[in-house]
Amino acid sequence: MTHFKDPFNPNIDVWNECGEASESPTDPYAGLSKEDADALKLRAKQSLNAEVGMARALESSVMQGLFKTDISRRAFLRSAGVTGALAAVSTVFPLTSLQAMAEEAMKNLEKTKLTLGFVPITCATPIIGGHALGFYQRYGLDVDIVKTAGWAVSRDKCLNGEYDGSHLLFPMPMAMSLGIGSTAQPWKVVSNVNTNGQAIVLANKHRDNQDPKNWKGFKFAVPFEYSMHNLLLRNYVADAGLDPDRDIQIRVVPPPEMVANLRSENVDGYLAPDPFCQRAVYDQVGFIHKLTLDLWKQHPCCVFGLSEKFITENPNTTMALTTSILEATASAETSEGRVAFAESMAPANYLNQPVEILKQILTGVFPDGQGNIKNVPDRISFMPLPTQTMGTWVLSQLRRWNYIDADTDYATLAEELVMTTTTRERMRAMMAADPNLTFSDAEQDVYAPVDIQGREFAPAAAQQFIDSQPFSRTVG
Amino acid sequence: MVQKIDMRSTLLSLTILFVGVFIWHAATHVPDTGPTGVELSQGEMDTLLGKNMLSEDIEYYATQGVEFAQLEQIASLNLSRSMIEAAGGIQALGISAPDENSAPAPGSLFPSPTQIGKELWATIADPFYVAGTNDMGFGIQMGYSLLRVLIGYSLSAAVAIPLGFLIGMSPMFYKALDPFIQVLKPISPLAWMPIALFTIGDSELSSIFVIFICSLWPMLTNTAFGVANVRSDWVNVARTHELSTTKTALTVILPAAAPTIITGMRISIGIAWLVIVAAEMLVGGTGIGYVVWNEWNGLRLDRMIVAILLIGVVGMLLDAAFARLQRAVAYAE
Repeated sequence: MTHFKDPFNPNIDVWNECGEASESPTDPYAGLSKEDADALKLRAKQSLNAEVGMARALESSVMQGLFKTDISRRAFLRSAGVTGALAAVSTVFPLTSLQAMAEEAMKNLEKTKLTLGFVPITCATPIIGGHALGFYQRYGLDVDIVKTAGWAVSRDKCLNGEYDGSHLLFPMPMAMSLGIGSTAQPWKVVSNVNTNGQAIVLANKHRDNQDPKNWKGFKFAVPFEYSMHNLLLRNYVADAGLDPDRDIQIRVVPPPEMVANLRSENVDGYLAPDPFCQRAVYDQVGFIHKLTLDLWKQHPCCVFGLSEKFITENPNTTMALTTSILEATASAETSEGRVAFAESMAPANYLNQPVEILKQILTGVFPDGQGNIKNVPDRISFMPLPTQTMGTWVLSQLRRWNYIDADTDYATLAEELVMTTTTRERMRAMMAADPNLTFSDAEQDVYAPVDIQGREFAPAAAQQFIDSQPFSRTVG
Repeated sequence: MVQKIDMRSTLLSLTILFVGVFIWHAATHVPDTGPTGVELSQGEMDTLLGKNMLSEDIEYYATQGVEFAQLEQIASLNLSRSMIEAAGGIQALGISAPDENSAPAPGSLFPSPTQIGKELWATIADPFYVAGTNDMGFGIQMGYSLLRVLIGYSLSAAVAIPLGFLIGMSPMFYKALDPFIQVLKPISPLAWMPIALFTIGDSELSSIFVIFICSLWPMLTNTAFGVANVRSDWVNVARTHELSTTKTALTVILPAAAPTIITGMRISIGIAWLVIVAAEMLVGGTGIGYVVWNEWNGLRLDRMIVAILLIGVVGMLLDAAFARLQRAVAYAE
């Protein structure tokens, strides 16, 4: 991890020649003109690129040669201004060529024209908003995002190379890598594009029947077999004593068709992504029984996935793309960001939904269809770090329901498929470069046990955990 | 006489149209009176004021038709007016649980003819806008669909007509290929699609392939049937004139079988147009089928119906073109 200290910033100590640890200021851009602050912020962004970072180290030594100490450097920058200093110094030393080199390196992307797939749901907020609000362009990428009809088509378009990367469900890169339900092709979970953000919706006629123990014979819809929706719903009904394969029926229905199916009473309910949960309330055909965050706080949902082939062939592009999506994810988590992203995603080009529904979902202030108004700010969260606990849980649950047909070492497999370490390093580097950026999940313990419906799941004991769960297909 | 029948049938068509639209209008028209305000009792006002809700906010919410039960919850949650605005406004937030008295929810009604008319006009007025990869004018989308149909259909004709000739002229080939044709003919385009996506590995080519495979059979069977049923006298005359097989095929059989072949082509273009909508709904991206899917996705029935109407009109034009061609090759014996 490199903490970039810009030698052109008059507010910070760069060289610390006396050896004492100087405190870094809370706002390194305090007291600067907007022009100067913007120039510094741009330089900070550029330095995320490894080669630019090298060039900046050179700059730093040039400046040290000129000023010897931080005190004289800071005095000079204060009197000349940052942009003035950049101009003045470059007349003496070839900083412009360094600058050009820096920009060149930004351009040094293996591939700049990219196609990403997305399914039109609010889980894809960072990927869609990243396009609508121009996050990709900042890193020199020209990204097309293509709306996709459903998860199976999404998977097929990923496997045949039409998409360079895609919005996927957390279990999908795993299923694709293991070749369950498709040909095997190694794909990786790069980052979470959202956490939480789903709900169990029931038809209005079941208002007085909200105990899952009484749901025998219900028909439920989920968007895909290899989805958090399916796994969470199975886990929920199984804990209530129902066998998800025998006592209820779980059908795969593309998200857009869910509301219509609920209206025509083809299904009794669904566990689905928003906006289709809130849409059922808006159209008064159903109500929100439970938000999934009440089953598992900060559970994973959708991810940004890339193929191993793409990552090895395009390391710089991968880095730029990941950085831009992570930045969009962090921005979507802020309270101003939530409103801005909701507004940007409403048009037909993206989600094609009434903007008030999207705002209700992203701000977490919403009617639940049972006459209550709720205020749940983390109804959908944007915590990008995909943890090993998440990966291990998903793999072991796939085994529990026999999608994976033999016991395996889930934790080791998760290490291979979920890019926790790389993504975390990227998040740290981004936070170091831009003090306005925060990832509250960056330093969490990625192996920490989690509470899922009142049971503690520890990744190291995944096999024992699923063996002890009701209706587990691993035993008997 | 013929003119008179024409006039009467036009009149009848128009009457059916007007009656249909009128019934539709009567069944779906809801006068837009705006939100019905709610009267709050003094006690209710006091409760809300006691929970620190501002009196001007209470009045505003009440004019927007939000019931006391909801207002009390908003007050308990300490939601400020600006928080409510950020969450999409009071009207959407105040949607109460439906009961027999509640007004229909926005978007839960079948669109009225006036709404459709408005959307139709908006669509036709601006057919070539591009608002992004996933949102383009209907002219462009229709262009994508027509192009796919054109390519798939031409390829299909290039295979079906020569093959149909071969089958029609040789009873042995006819018998040999018949079982395959009979099995492949009834397969739905939606069944071909996943197989095509998997094997061809390109969604654009896959949709073209599906058009190809589905428009192949009517052309093939009709060509074979037309060729096999050319009056044997004519073929015999050709034989007595010692014409070569190719020459017989081109100068005698082709003109004689042309009306049947064109009928096959007409059936095929209809099928191709049916199939492209299904294929594009499945694959997404571009095309008029994608438009239907995209509006379905946002549950915008009005725009969906507009797209469906336009699909119908284009299908009719394609059919009319072949009907004209059919008249051109018709002959009297």
